[in-house]
Amino acid sequence: MNEPISSVCITVNGVEHRCEVPTRLSLVDFLRETVRLTGTHVGCEHGICGACSVILDGDPVRSCLMFAVQADGHSITTVEGLANADGSMSVLQDSFCETHGLQCGYCTPGMLVATHSLLKTNPNPTAGEIRDAISGNLCRCTGYQQIVEAVQLAARRVAAGNGNR
Amino acid sequence: MKAAIFEYARADSIAQACSLLAEHGADAKLLAGGQSLVPMMAMRLARPAWLINVNEIAELKGSRRDGAVWVTGAGLRQVDVERDGELARAVPLIRQGLYWVGHVQTKNRGTLGGSLVHADPSAELPLVARTLGASFLLRRSGGERTVPADEFFQAPMMTATEPDECLVEVHWPVWRGERVGSAFDELSIRHGDFAIVAACAQVEIDTAGRCVRAALGIGGAAAVPVAAEAIARSLHGTQLEDATIDAAVESIGQCLEPGSDVHATAEYRIHLARVLAARVLRQARTNATGLARDTRA
Ligand code: FES
Ligand code: FES
Repeated sequence: MNEPISSVCITVNGVEHRCEVPTRLSLVDFLRETVRLTGTHVGCEHGICGACSVILDGDPVRSCLMFAVQADGHSITTVEGLANADGSMSVLQDSFCETHGLQCGYCTPGMLVATHSLLKTNPNPTAGEIRDAISGNLCRCTGYQQIVEAVQLAARRVAAGNGNR
Repeated sequence: MKAAIFEYARADSIAQACSLLAEHGADAKLLAGGQSLVPMMAMRLARPAWLINVNEIAELKGSRRDGAVWVTGAGLRQVDVERDGELARAVPLIRQGLYWVGHVQTKNRGTLGGSLVHADPSAELPLVARTLGASFLLRRSGGERTVPADEFFQAPMMTATEPDECLVEVHWPVWRGERVGSAFDELSIRHGDFAIVAACAQVEIDTAGRCVRAALGIGGAAAVPVAAEAIARSLHGTQLEDATIDAAVESIGQCLEPGSDVHATAEYRIHLARVLAARVLRQARTNATGLARDTRA
């Protein structure tokens, strides 16, 4: 059997991509290898670690659990799309640096996507709510505490209006 | 960890999904949220020759009261089901069960019907469906049938759904009484993992505090979710005192057939079933006695 091919039109960080892809190509491989946006990480490839989290039509999902064909006609935001328009880091990203919310950085794109989505619907989350929002993301380095602190710091900075310190 | 090759079609209506199934039958799989099927394909535990994407079918996303039942479309995302306040008032156990399911990223994608037809014996939604006696509307090209929950779940990961059938709707009985309460509880290693054992209950009491109706279910302790009907019946007419509940659940092991694995022995699962059953019955009673119907656990 030959490799089945499908044509897709997927908007990634506001840019439309029309191309032919292997039908079985996962969305995360499409983002990393076809679009060449390697910010999204791929860890387990079966829905456990959360490293591949992206935003699909406004909601965080795991991009290893979708085939690129399923995203045909839809919009994706990756971690690259979370930065400020001028390329500088968002308040949330900067807060991760401030609080040492990352060490090796492998989980970080997924953590940023998960917590960015949380802050959009809940600008002042409790520590418990933050932990719940990242419960589907594994981090082998930080012990999670500094990630929770990063999100709390970002929330405080946005609330105080000093987003771009 | 890459899926084997497959052919793909996107169905835009239930009729189209059914005719694709009629054409490809056992070689085809419906792809809904993919939160169970896609990992199985990545690990090559599943190798369907055809995938039929049903995510874009609007007809599968309805949610409405219809007399004595609440009708939910099989294609509803779990997150939308969980946020549906009217549904939570009519059938509170659904939201109470979904609290334990996966994580926000998987609930944004996973569907109600997908979890039910996947039929993991320790999954929450199948347990709620079995406990309440939901029924399943299955459609194929040229016909449809309704299957009750006690016939729908047949074995681990196996339901009554034939290869040419598509789950279209789930009908959840609505208990209309004024004083109805329910609760869901489980033990799992980490939040979002499958339960080692899960339990849920719903009770209705009269103005004198007597139980007039009860349902109790246990997941993760048999090949399929189990409704402990004899125990639930034995509570009718009682005041649901703690001692009554404890005595009633004592024999719960009789309706279970748990296995032993690395997480828990069969004996421990029966112990858990007893503890959790008593806990959810008490909580359901408390929720039923509350002034307003409580939709939370
Ligand atoms: S790579 Fe997707 S969840 Fe691990
Ligand atoms: S920083 Fe290393 S996995 Fe999270």
